Amino acid sequence: MTPSLALARAPRARRSWRKASVLPGFPLALGVTLTWLSLIFLIPLSALILRPWELGPAGIWAVVTDPRVLAALRISFGSAALAALVNAGLGLLIAWVLVRHPFPGRRLVDALVDLPFALPTAVAGIALTAIYAPNGPLGQPLSALGIQVAYTPLGIILALIFVGLPFVVRTVQPVLEDLSKDVEEAALTLGATPPQTAWRVVMPAVAPALLTGVGLAFARAAGEYGSVIFIAGNMPLRSEIAPLLIVIKLEQFDYAGAAAVGLAMLVLSFTGLLILNSVQGVLASRGRA
Amino acid sequence: MTSRSPTPGAAALILAALSTLGLLVVLPLAMVFHEAFRQGLGAYLAALAEPDAWSAMRLTLLVAAISVPLNAVFGLAAAWTIAKFEFPGRSLLVTLIDLPFSISPVVSGLVWVLLFGVNGWLGPLIQELGVRVIFNVTGVVLATVLVTLPFVARELIPLMEQQGADEEIAAITLGAGPWTTFFRVTLPNVKWGLLYGVLLCNARAMGEFGAVSVVSGHIRGLTNTLPLHVEILYNEYDFVGAFAVATVLAALALVTLALKSALEWRHAGELAAVRRH
Repeated sequence: MTPSLALARAPRARRSWRKASVLPGFPLALGVTLTWLSLIFLIPLSALILRPWELGPAGIWAVVTDPRVLAALRISFGSAALAALVNAGLGLLIAWVLVRHPFPGRRLVDALVDLPFALPTAVAGIALTAIYAPNGPLGQPLSALGIQVAYTPLGIILALIFVGLPFVVRTVQPVLEDLSKDVEEAALTLGATPPQTAWRVVMPAVAPALLTGVGLAFARAAGEYGSVIFIAGNMPLRSEIAPLLIVIKLEQFDYAGAAAVGLAMLVLSFTGLLILNSVQGVLASRGRA
Repeated sequence: MTSRSPTPGAAALILAALSTLGLLVVLPLAMVFHEAFRQGLGAYLAALAEPDAWSAMRLTLLVAAISVPLNAVFGLAAAWTIAKFEFPGRSLLVTLIDLPFSISPVVSGLVWVLLFGVNGWLGPLIQELGVRVIFNVTGVVLATVLVTLPFVARELIPLMEQQGADEEIAAITLGAGPWTTFFRVTLPNVKWGLLYGVLLCNARAMGEFGAVSVVSGHIRGLTNTLPLHVEILYNEYDFVGAFAVATVLAALALVTLALKSALEWRHAGELAAVRRH
């Protein structure tokens, strides 16, 4: 709406808090939406935010700075960040090939990219463990090389790469599809080498989408449970993830402690996403300049 | 795009992408079936015929049958509100609906324990009423509903925004009632998008593990869903049993992917162009 129009409409006699529409059903639809959202999400979430304070600020601090909790948070978020970084590369590669290099069976491969979304996490967890266990088809040759994957932090990262892979592919793919091939061809014709073209022409265009994908993969991986617990080995201080610690605290009926760890995970997740968002903002404004 | 034989560089890229997917995605899938049939078809079928596996299957179907329709109605209501009207707080509402996706499944289960567990806010109250939520089917349903909350809404919101409100306004102006307009104009326009959202919602509802694991209590034959049953069997070293049940879930994932791809190929124009997972 242009400013002049807004001014012209301001002195209306009957003002509404929403823009007028001839369509019916706004109160009903909004009512259903807000009621369901509150009952299923907002009220339960408020329990997560409020319950830790039963311990008092010092109590919360004691819980989240407990060495075992700190280690679990570091393992969950550190592995998630590493896995998201790996997924940035792998996802970019797969998206690029799917968009730019047609090959027979491309549609099937494209559909398979979503398998980590569709496959229940527990199934992925036991399958990855079977593959990378010391007697598994890949675990055996790897352990002969002295590399242990299952029951080590490496196994956690592997499982998180699995669950996060589709996020980067699916956010980057549409941007690459829209990116005109002419721009790259122009760069190449003007004497740029293929790596120069990829870095100076393609990367700036896909960078914001890539960051979005990395953020989604990170958020998903940081809270991941099902695919990780089978392969992690779950050794306190070494390969124990934060969600597992919540489960353990609940089994001991330590509700406030469990909620404190959950709240810490929430805060860390949003901090991570906020940082990525601001990097994206900087990139976007540089892209416009 | 022209189909010519790829340059060596392109071939190397294709090979790298395919081996990544093969190693990371196809191999685990193949492993599920390989392990399930390790001791032959007889052992596989025997593992699936277990009464506990059947009751887990029934519970999984029941939980999905309750939570998916509820979230489909929510998704339609949310999309109608957000896509067809402008009001303050609209983008906040979109963010809130998306939020359950960025929360750990375990936290999505934890919040229900904080409300309804023995030490929960409402724990004493519901105990007096003789109702059980935690370690009960009700808790499993609540956790599943929370985890799958955004699926239908986030598919329908961009789709309905894309379609605008012109057709509905025309119908209303020509004298159609609100429900007639919804059922004869809006619903036919979004039917494929709705199906797409329901498909993804259902896959997650049947496959959810973390959230359900926290509230279920793993009571065999009572509160055990298929994914939880996989865990129990695996922890008892019944690997053929665990992988046999896992093949059922893997088949569900494959059917979901096939239907999803079919929708994307045949009805791409009637799905949301902008879709985030």
